[in-house]
Amino acid sequence: MSRDVALDRVTMRFGAITAVRDVSLTIGAGEFFSFLGPSGCGKTTILRMISGFMEPTSGAIRIGGQDMRGIGPNKRPTALIFQNLALFPLMTVGENIGFGLEVRGVPKVERHSAVQRLLDLVALPDAADKRVTELSGGQRQRVAIARALAVEPSVLLLDEPLSALDLKLRQHMRAELRAIQRRTGVTFIYITHDQGEALTMSDRIAVMNHGVIEQVGDGASIYDHPDTAFVAAFVGEANRFAGTVAEVADGIAALDTPVGRLLGRNPRGLRPGDRAVLFVRPERMREDGAENALAARVSHCDFEGAFVTAVLETADGVRLQVHTPHRGGALPFPPESAARVGFCAGDAVVLPPGDAA
Amino acid sequence: MRAVLEPALRRYGAPLTVTLLVMSAAWVLLMIALPQLLMVDYSLRPMLPPSKLGGPEDVHTLRNYGTLWSNAIHLGIFLKTVWGSALVTAVTLALSYPMAFYLAQVAPKRKLPTLVLMLVVPFWINEILRTFAWYIILAYNGPLNALLVGLGVWAEPVRLLGGDGGVIAGMVYVYVLFMVLPIYNAIETLDRHQIEAAHDLGAGWIAIHRRIVVPHAKPGIAVGCIMTFMLAAGSYAVPALLGGPQSRWFTEIIYNWFFEGGNWNQGAAYAFILLVLCVGFILLMMRLFRVGLTDIAR
Amino acid sequence: MTAAGLRRLMTRAYLVVFFGYLFLPLGIMAAATFNASRFPTVTPWRGFTLDWFRVLAEDLRMWQALGTSLLVGAAVVAVAVPLGIAAALLLDRLHGRARTLLYAVMVSPLLTPGIIIGISTLVFWKQWFGVTGGLFLTVVAQSSFIATYAMLMALARLQRFDTSLEEAALDLGASHWQAFRRITLPYLMPAAYSSALIAFLQSFENYNTTLFVRGVETTLTIYIATKVRTGLTPAVNALSLVLIALTVLGAVAYEIMRRREARAAEHRAP
Ligand SMILES: Nc1ncnc2c1ncn2[C@@H]1O[C@H](COP(=O)(O)OP(=O)(O)OP(=O)(O)O)[C@@H](O)[C@H]1O
Ligand SMILES: [Mg+2]
Repeated sequence: MSRDVALDRVTMRFGAITAVRDVSLTIGAGEFFSFLGPSGCGKTTILRMISGFMEPTSGAIRIGGQDMRGIGPNKRPTALIFQNLALFPLMTVGENIGFGLEVRGVPKVERHSAVQRLLDLVALPDAADKRVTELSGGQRQRVAIARALAVEPSVLLLDEPLSALDLKLRQHMRAELRAIQRRTGVTFIYITHDQGEALTMSDRIAVMNHGVIEQVGDGASIYDHPDTAFVAAFVGEANRFAGTVAEVADGIAALDTPVGRLLGRNPRGLRPGDRAVLFVRPERMREDGAENALAARVSHCDFEGAFVTAVLETADGVRLQVHTPHRGGALPFPPESAARVGFCAGDAVVLPPGDAA
Repeated sequence: MRAVLEPALRRYGAPLTVTLLVMSAAWVLLMIALPQLLMVDYSLRPMLPPSKLGGPEDVHTLRNYGTLWSNAIHLGIFLKTVWGSALVTAVTLALSYPMAFYLAQVAPKRKLPTLVLMLVVPFWINEILRTFAWYIILAYNGPLNALLVGLGVWAEPVRLLGGDGGVIAGMVYVYVLFMVLPIYNAIETLDRHQIEAAHDLGAGWIAIHRRIVVPHAKPGIAVGCIMTFMLAAGSYAVPALLGGPQSRWFTEIIYNWFFEGGNWNQGAAYAFILLVLCVGFILLMMRLFRVGLTDIAR
Repeated sequence: MTAAGLRRLMTRAYLVVFFGYLFLPLGIMAAATFNASRFPTVTPWRGFTLDWFRVLAEDLRMWQALGTSLLVGAAVVAVAVPLGIAAALLLDRLHGRARTLLYAVMVSPLLTPGIIIGISTLVFWKQWFGVTGGLFLTVVAQSSFIATYAMLMALARLQRFDTSLEEAALDLGASHWQAFRRITLPYLMPAAYSSALIAFLQSFENYNTTLFVRGVETTLTIYIATKVRTGLTPAVNALSLVLIALTVLGAVAYEIMRRREARAAEHRAP
């Protein structure tokens, strides 16, 4: 049975450091929810508070509506997959997976069948009697997942579980994790600093910076409609132009920048005279410059098969990236040539400068 | 108190933390701290028959400590113990330093495990047995006399047992390994390149040892000296086996107060003086070599 | 001869002299066992005999003393090892001043002369509990400093412990006690075995402390010392030879164990 997790104005301080500041959000039952943010932003701290290894300095954590204050990690309906996995080196794979059941007093026979079921689930049917040290990185990863699922948690917490794996395995495990989550219906709370992981797996993502949640939403809305300059810069790639707002009308702002006046959406309601940054994704740039036209020289152009990435430089030395799909024929943007590019106002967003990573 | 124990409570939970606390307290209080304190208290009281305990004469006094001053024989033995232990320490240091240096820096890597094992094994052998070995060597009809007479060093066998010389020679033998191993451990961490660099810069062997090796080995030397001095000053077995009535050690006086003089209070005072001597030596070494307690207990 | 050659020669000579100094006395003592002389010596040599082993085997008081030593040793292991491990577990979770102070007190027995440990134990138990010297006080006095060895060994191992293993156990629903019993304690077992061995040997060979708290009991070490002073025969050498042989075996086994453990630790570290 999966449950929802609610954080209510949670703050965690370590002496002078505030690792988590005033975080409020609700994670739905059965959701795959990710916390995305740079190293040291407080992700692990949030997870350790949910699992009960730390009590928040202030604020409350509720799981399935029940306040968790004073309830130890061994009494919470959560299971944590540690950043280093923390498999028990002196036990076999089967003993590791069965540990949670063993300490609950589940009889041996039942335990055995549960362990076997879980090993099948994580595609390691013959590993029960192996030593943990005999397994590869990806296999250990699966054992850790099976061990956590064995206690039938309502909420599974995963702390950068794929960071130690190589690229191929990481991509494979992404799909696997997502499939396990669908099959079990358990609430997954997933921590990562890898945006690709967060975007591909999650129902919703919370982007964190310096202990604060900057934005919560599904992958598309975070990518297409960032609320802050940090989110726009941290998630995906973006061309950026700093300047001053000149005019606003109909949800569009005109920004005076070193390369001229540029138009973009104005979701934060900036006013003329405000300092601001305009962000536009490289794949939203167009070869013809209708609106927001820019003259630039091509400094280089990389052919990547499915698409082409060109790096351009304007007369004022502002660098631009352009992604275009490759549809056969000659490559666009021959190096050292002059080019005109542009973008629609609806594809760009103007945000307060804030803390752009 | 709760704040101090917070990490333990988090990790072990209350029942286990309390158990650990009770066990540690039993050891630290009942077996270490209180006995020492009580020994000091005991040494400050006069010896009284049971009927007078708690009476008007049962007061704190320094009289038991005064005994050492007024008894010239005891004072002489005490001073001899001090300088004898210092001598043992100095001789063992001189004997051990080259060995420690050889093992740590010169010995070929392949032979090292065997050499270290050869040093460690005698270290495990009972102190009494090692002392007894010297008893046989020093005996009047023993091999050392036979050898020296045979070489013509002296014409007649000489009494080697029962004198201060035999006691000190025996102590050097018995405690030398407490000096070698700590110095070896310290020099082992010295990067060989430092010596080579100094050599390259034209430093002679004496300069290299004085400026590079010895400063690096300081913690080890301090530990070795502390252990050797403490063991020598507190030794009962060696003087009891190799010494005689003319070469009594301070520990033997203490023993006599307890089990022949029957004056425990007096014995406790002498024991405390011995403890103060050792603690004083430890502090002196820590100051001299600028090392801390964690360097010592490893 | 070159300077380097001379230095090598001198080094070799020094090594021979040093190891000769270490082993020759033990060798002479062992050799005296086989000399058919009433007094243990190798000069003059009066012919080979194994008779002193028979004399030793028939010495009833020796067997009694051995029994006492084994009993005391076992009791010291049972007391000192758990105390030392408990103290290490506690120290591992303390910080700052409390830790420094407690550590200093726990280590102090190693820097205290053995006879003072014996005396303070004797006086304390007599004064507070009316207990006089005997087996009980021998075990207590020996344990008070042997526990320090156990503490240091357990602490060294704990410092390499990955505490997230305990957290993982708790997270999976184990009680604090279950996490301790299933995770922490098994991890500490190698240190417990080594310290049990050390504790037993330390207890077995202890003389200075035991002398003051033994009452009328006689351990084997005490018995040997008494024999050397009164009634010395080569039977004592025979006994010494047996003990040395056992110790050497034990020491070599322990060293091999320790090195294997150290190598395993190196392997595990990335
Ligand atoms: N036990 C602690 N004591 C003191 N400071 C801590 C503690 N745990 C975390 N911090 C601090 O809190 C901040 C957030 O740490 P946290 O481990 O939550 O970061 P993270 O987002 O998980 O980083 P990473 O991606 O590197 O794992 C950091 O500045 C860290 O130094
Ligand atoms: Mg982290």
